[in-house]
Amino acid sequence: MTVTGVPADGRIGTPLLRKEDPPLLTGEARFVEDLVVPGALHAAVLRSPHANARIRSLDISGALASPGVVAAFTGADLREEWAQPLPCAWPVTADIKIPEHLPLAVEHVSYGGDAVAVVVGESREAAVDALDAVVVDYEPLPAVVDLQEALTDRVVVHESLGSNRCYTWSLIPDPAAVDSAFAEAAHVVKERYVQQRLIPNAMETRGVCVVPQPFGGDYTIYSATQIPHILKVMLGIVTGIPEQKLRVVAPWVGGGFGSKLNVYAEEALCLALARRLKRPVRWTEERIENAQATIQGRGMIQEIELAADRDGRVRAVRVNLLADMGAYLQLVTPGIPLLGAFLYHGVYDIPAYAFTCTGVFTTKTATDADRGAGRPEATYAIEPAMDALAHQLGLDPAEVRRRNFIATEKFPYSSAAGLVFDSGDYGPALDQALELAAYEATRKEQQDRRNAGANKRIGIGLSCYVEMCGLAPSRVLASLNYSAGGWEAATVRLMATGKVQVVTGSTPHGQGHETCWSQIVADRLGVDPDDVDVVSGDTALSPAGMDTYGSRSLSVGGVAVWQATEKVIAKARAIAAHQMEASEEDLELVGGSFQVKGTPSRSMAIQAVAFEAFTAHNLPDGMEPGLEAQVTYDPPNFTFPFGTHVAVVEVDSETGDVDLVRYVAVDDCGNQVNPMIVEGQVHGGVVQGIAQALYEEAVYDQDGNLRTSTLTDYLVPSAAEVPSFTLGHTVTPSPTNPMGVKGVGEAGTIASTPAVMNAVLDALAPLGVTALDMPASPQRVWEAVERAKKAAEGEER
Amino acid sequence: MIPASFDYQRAASAEEAVSMLREHGEEAKLLAGGHSLLPLMKLRLATPSVVIDVGRIRELSYLRDGGDQVSIGALTRHRDVETSELLQREVPILAHVAGLVGDPQVRHRGTIGGSLAHGDPASDLPAVVLALGGTLVVQGPGGRRDIPATEFFQGFLETALAPEEMLVEIRVPKARGGWSYQKFNRRAIDWAIVGVAAVRNGTTGVALVNMGPVPLRASAVEQALAGGASAADAAALAAEGTDPSADLNASVEYRQHLARVLVRRALEEAGA
Ligand SMILES: Cc1cc2nc3c(=O)[nH]c(=O)nc-3n(C[C@H](O)[C@H](O)[C@H](O)COP(=O)(O)OP(=O)(O)OC[C@H]3O[C@@H](n4cnc5c(N)ncnc54)[C@H](O)[C@@H]3O)c2cc1C
Repeated sequence: MTVTGVPADGRIGTPLLRKEDPPLLTGEARFVEDLVVPGALHAAVLRSPHANARIRSLDISGALASPGVVAAFTGADLREEWAQPLPCAWPVTADIKIPEHLPLAVEHVSYGGDAVAVVVGESREAAVDALDAVVVDYEPLPAVVDLQEALTDRVVVHESLGSNRCYTWSLIPDPAAVDSAFAEAAHVVKERYVQQRLIPNAMETRGVCVVPQPFGGDYTIYSATQIPHILKVMLGIVTGIPEQKLRVVAPWVGGGFGSKLNVYAEEALCLALARRLKRPVRWTEERIENAQATIQGRGMIQEIELAADRDGRVRAVRVNLLADMGAYLQLVTPGIPLLGAFLYHGVYDIPAYAFTCTGVFTTKTATDADRGAGRPEATYAIEPAMDALAHQLGLDPAEVRRRNFIATEKFPYSSAAGLVFDSGDYGPALDQALELAAYEATRKEQQDRRNAGANKRIGIGLSCYVEMCGLAPSRVLASLNYSAGGWEAATVRLMATGKVQVVTGSTPHGQGHETCWSQIVADRLGVDPDDVDVVSGDTALSPAGMDTYGSRSLSVGGVAVWQATEKVIAKARAIAAHQMEASEEDLELVGGSFQVKGTPSRSMAIQAVAFEAFTAHNLPDGMEPGLEAQVTYDPPNFTFPFGTHVAVVEVDSETGDVDLVRYVAVDDCGNQVNPMIVEGQVHGGVVQGIAQALYEEAVYDQDGNLRTSTLTDYLVPSAAEVPSFTLGHTVTPSPTNPMGVKGVGEAGTIASTPAVMNAVLDALAPLGVTALDMPASPQRVWEAVERAKKAAEGEER
Repeated sequence: MIPASFDYQRAASAEEAVSMLREHGEEAKLLAGGHSLLPLMKLRLATPSVVIDVGRIRELSYLRDGGDQVSIGALTRHRDVETSELLQREVPILAHVAGLVGDPQVRHRGTIGGSLAHGDPASDLPAVVLALGGTLVVQGPGGRRDIPATEFFQGFLETALAPEEMLVEIRVPKARGGWSYQKFNRRAIDWAIVGVAAVRNGTTGVALVNMGPVPLRASAVEQALAGGASAADAAALAAEGTDPSADLNASVEYRQHLARVLVRRALEEAGA
């Protein structure tokens, strides 16, 4: 399983060590904050301490008089800077309500952390110190924290919208089928789950630095973003600066998990300030600001119902979501629940489907994409519900799942929700996971401990998942009202010296694109992966792209690289055939050289072909010089990775402490380009899902104050909290792309939360505990056990 | 996360630190490992105008065998306490618990003196020194004085140290009998939600972490044990005299429950 030290030639499928790591480990990598920009001013943002308030007055004169301060502005001062408010690119319905979201609030603040003023100083310290000198008189208004309370409209967050109801979106292809399945059901399961809000904590917080160029009114925007290409378009729209005058550069970016898939107030602010002050302006987010003013994830109440027949075969699933938008709609806030909307039947062949989601405004930080975005929620609904069904039927959870799997011969499978699943083979992944987890032996130990009345109870949890990645076929996005396409661009260029430059529109922020793209090109061309360089994240060098999110990079961006490489090979073949006076059909590319089939002594290295293409001294008639190709790939379908995860926990029923003792993940992401990177993605993803199950929660009090704004209170787990994982995989290639790849960036997060929670409930079931909110903190577990005990005592009496 | 501005001074000896404290009065703060003070300053919950760095006073970093006790210099880092063979042999609970503080980075910076002087009821080492019945040696303008650990912790983050005094040494009796430390937390790096230190050294000392505004002796438990009660019966009294607060991790009721369970486990493990 451990891949370190395995010799890797860099071909597809080998665990080549990451090219990214030496610069990261030696500190050579430069993040936005590291950039030395002479003459740059520092911005600091004053944020509302209230969740909901009117601004009676705002006095910045004290800040202006503070040492080292160059300028300070209120929302009213900057009102004219904005050609448009901050964008929401996914208005999911025609009648969606969208509140005006300006980079600085003008009269009203809608969440604790809403920006109200900005101070610009010669140093960061001067700007931060001067924030204390800004005087704001707020008229506090009641907060809206609870989702159900928000729906009542007793307090309306945005009065101009008249209601907190943002939208209602449904997917019910055949309502009658759903109704009759429930009418005829032998077993009905009805469950309610709460997706607590999560705070994405990238190692690098956000940061931006805008540099006005000396000529032509151009601006270079350095930002710790996942989406330089989208950001360029959006900042042009917000500030009214023509898009072509903006260049966005994402240098090394220290993670994002979706939180940097956005267009933020501070990015627009720094651009507007640089335009106004005619000097570079930079801003670096503090960790507490990251908790308050970067988007949060999840935040939903889910109701799920299953209708099953006597044998436990599920005939219909009905889902109702209440989704917390927060105070404003960020880039894709309303669309997040829709990314899971099609997957609430999970890996099961369920013929009738009903999904409805209502988005509501609250006086909290906006929600948006957080690793998995919509699919972890879907998986956390269907998988615990399947356990509830197994419980009702008195069946083993593995057996209920097996009975309901989409049969292998049904792929490509048309789901009741309207998707076509590309490929799948669910049984073998489950079998392998159970074997790696020593399922039977663990069940026996569990029973032994129960019989002995042991305090420490064992629980085993299964999670069979499927997700959709490869965002996305542009036409599908259109049907969902999304305002952009889902294609990706790549250029592969052979240089005169035989080295290769790859330009990708898919912008990495920790994944390992450089390594994988090098492997794809090296594998196809037969060159050394070290001879391949990958350029990304700079809109001047890579003008076309849709960036990185939704586990799309390999299955869209990587496929574009593959296709561009194939185009290069086709042209190279023509040149080689011309030079070698052979026919193209007689040439094969072997180990980096074109050879005449059957006569390996007659060959021409790809590097030599590149040089010929460069000099253009002897090319076929009519052929353009140069050896490069550009491809823009629009995927024909999503890809559907899947797998089974098994968690084994030990629950201390006396203290409520949950100890995760074993974790098995069997994932199928189709063909693997670099198995070490796949493992890394699974490891990190699994920990993030465990975090939702056991540790992390953005807690707000009744007044809308965020109580978990530091990393002392917001519990991000580390390697010390998790066991060493046992990984396995199966390989079911996707038929929709030539590489047969699927995607693995979010799989771990999608699968692991239900595995862990199912395990905790499995441990507690004999004590009478049937429901538990996340995270399963010791106090929560203890209280649930105490409640169940009291209920049992009450029954006995 | 930028502290308010302050002056920085470095003291070369305890005497110099004390005279600097005299000069600047309550406006000044000593800086040892900085792992409690600097976070407070970055959050601007502490805004000293002068920071006196004592972290480099080498002669206050030591572990010495003093016959029936061990003397530890106030500036000894957690890591040195954790790995001290003297302590591992003579006062194993202290070495063990120093190894449970935060993470390796914290243990390489934080000092035992800083941990005690800070007086955080959630910290591990104060409870251990209490359970051991240790003594704190402080130096002031008029020289040194000894303060029993039982009299040192006076209120939330308040100790018997006068503003012009510095903690210079901690003395703990050798304790080779049974012992246990129960640290209940959610992540390895976290402070205890509740902690229990139990040491058998003739009598049994039991101290509680995070069960009130100050680190506490579990007097009711100790008395019951002295009177011959079983571990289980004594542990049932663990919450007596405590005044824990409620926070995101635990309600008052849950903390009291944990105290009873953890004291029982500690007594069982210590063989009391
Ligand atoms: C991430 C993290 C995790 C942690 N986890 C734990 C944990 O699990 N358990 C735990 O117990 N602690 C924990 N700590 C706290 C850590 O142990 C601190 O190092 C310790 O509490 C303070 O020691 P210090 O030397 O860093 O003191 P400093 O921060 O330098 O000082 C703390 C206070 O004591 C005063 N002071 C320091 N030395 C003296 C002296 N000699 N005389 C008089 N006054 C003095 C200072 O003026 C200041 O008010 C953690 C800290 C961090 C940052």
